[in-house]
Amino acid sequence: MAGPRNISVSEASRPVLPRHAKLKYDETRKVWVILAPERVLAPDEIAVEVLQLCNGERNVGDIADLLAAKYAAPREAILADVIVMLQDLADKGFLTELREKTP
Amino acid sequence: MSDVLPTIPPDTSDSLAVLEKSRSTAETFGIPLAVLLEITHRCPLQCPYCSNPVELDRSGKELTTDEWKKVLSELAEIGVLQVHFSGGEPTARKDLVDLVKHASDVGLYTNLITSAVLLTREKLSELADAGLCHVQISFQGIEEGLADRVAGYKGGHRKKLEVAKWTRELDLPLTVNAVMHRQNLHQLPDIIQMSVDLDADRLEVANVQYYGWALKNRAALMPTVAQLDECTAIVEAARERLKGRLTIDYVVPDYYALRPKKCMGGWGRQFFNISPAGKVLPCHAAESITGLDFLSVRSNHSIAWIWQNSEAFNRYRGTGWMKEPCKSCEFREIDFGGCRCQAFALTGDAANTDPACALSPLHETIFKQAEAEAEGETSRFLYRNFAGGTLESENGT
Repeated sequence: MAGPRNISVSEASRPVLPRHAKLKYDETRKVWVILAPERVLAPDEIAVEVLQLCNGERNVGDIADLLAAKYAAPREAILADVIVMLQDLADKGFLTELREKTP
Repeated sequence: MSDVLPTIPPDTSDSLAVLEKSRSTAETFGIPLAVLLEITHRCPLQCPYCSNPVELDRSGKELTTDEWKKVLSELAEIGVLQVHFSGGEPTARKDLVDLVKHASDVGLYTNLITSAVLLTREKLSELADAGLCHVQISFQGIEEGLADRVAGYKGGHRKKLEVAKWTRELDLPLTVNAVMHRQNLHQLPDIIQMSVDLDADRLEVANVQYYGWALKNRAALMPTVAQLDECTAIVEAARERLKGRLTIDYVVPDYYALRPKKCMGGWGRQFFNISPAGKVLPCHAAESITGLDFLSVRSNHSIAWIWQNSEAFNRYRGTGWMKEPCKSCEFREIDFGGCRCQAFALTGDAANTDPACALSPLHETIFKQAEAEAEGETSRFLYRNFAGGTLESENGT
């Protein structure tokens, strides 16, 4: 079930948070947080929305489609922003992806 | 995306201070994001720089399973997000799996800070199933000769390597914690490589901080200025080379710094820990300061009340308690006068400026003393144990 580390995010990637990175709403501080080893990250609103769409089935292109439709915004610009945000998270070691199982 | 609690710059932080980085809590004394639980002081290792107090809590004083569960529930309820199970050696407690399970059930993110020598693959797997999120294993060196001698435990190093491997096989993220001092700093490049080979996510290069047991062993542990400069250069080069593969946190011994560390992010501002007997402490060494009354979770006060209102937490909070040169210093809210435990250990008064600060009247003396000790011949350890310490024999056994 473990995905690879050090991934390079592209339109075809199907990103998902690894088991050790947990997206959670912090009721006390009223903010979304990502809990990770020795770290608490505060994703902004857009990042939270993107991460909620990262279920390991949708690829980054699908996510950009959904957001472009929802915000009536240019898909290419959204796609670029999503890739930058996810790559940043991946570089910190808090993102993995599902790949086709080898038979 | 930003860190909620922007990381305290690694070169000014204590090895535990990086656990907690809240800007907002620093201003409001809100409940910390992470809490260190020292669930036992029992440990098969005898490291001469142990961060536990010299007066260790005996097992009969430890909180029971139910008491720790109550603590975990209470922490989650008041807004703590992460807990670190530490010790002593936390796996010395037979109920650890149960405690990790309970912590996960109440929504806490769980870290295990362990020497690893008591773990079996089965136990580690049970911990993972109970929801454990992250494993941190301490290493004393790169090969068993030195590593086992420092830990005072034969076969320890080999076991640690094995457990590190299991950790990654079980898909748990791994942090290697390497405590550095004069007698092992030459192994740093190999320790970095070992961390890469073990597929660790993080490496903590933590130079010994000199209070408690480490202060007793200072002459055998204090690095030279040259060693430290080399260490810093090695870490910087490795950080660049291993970007994206291995995160390296770095803690320098503050004796050679000009500014003291913002210890614990400031007393009672961002951090507390709970001792085996249930005392709520502003830092894991705080009990070394005599004359402070630390309240326990067994008292009739809630943890939040103790954090916010107890006399011990308020004693050195903020800047009101300061004397000169801290009182009028432009850095007083940057480093809060350094470390209270170190000030107490070296000057006899925790309200004095930490002598690690160049503005302390004692700085020059302390620095010279450290430098002289670093150049000295002493290499024998006083091993940590419940008996108050045992001196290493002449032939290193």
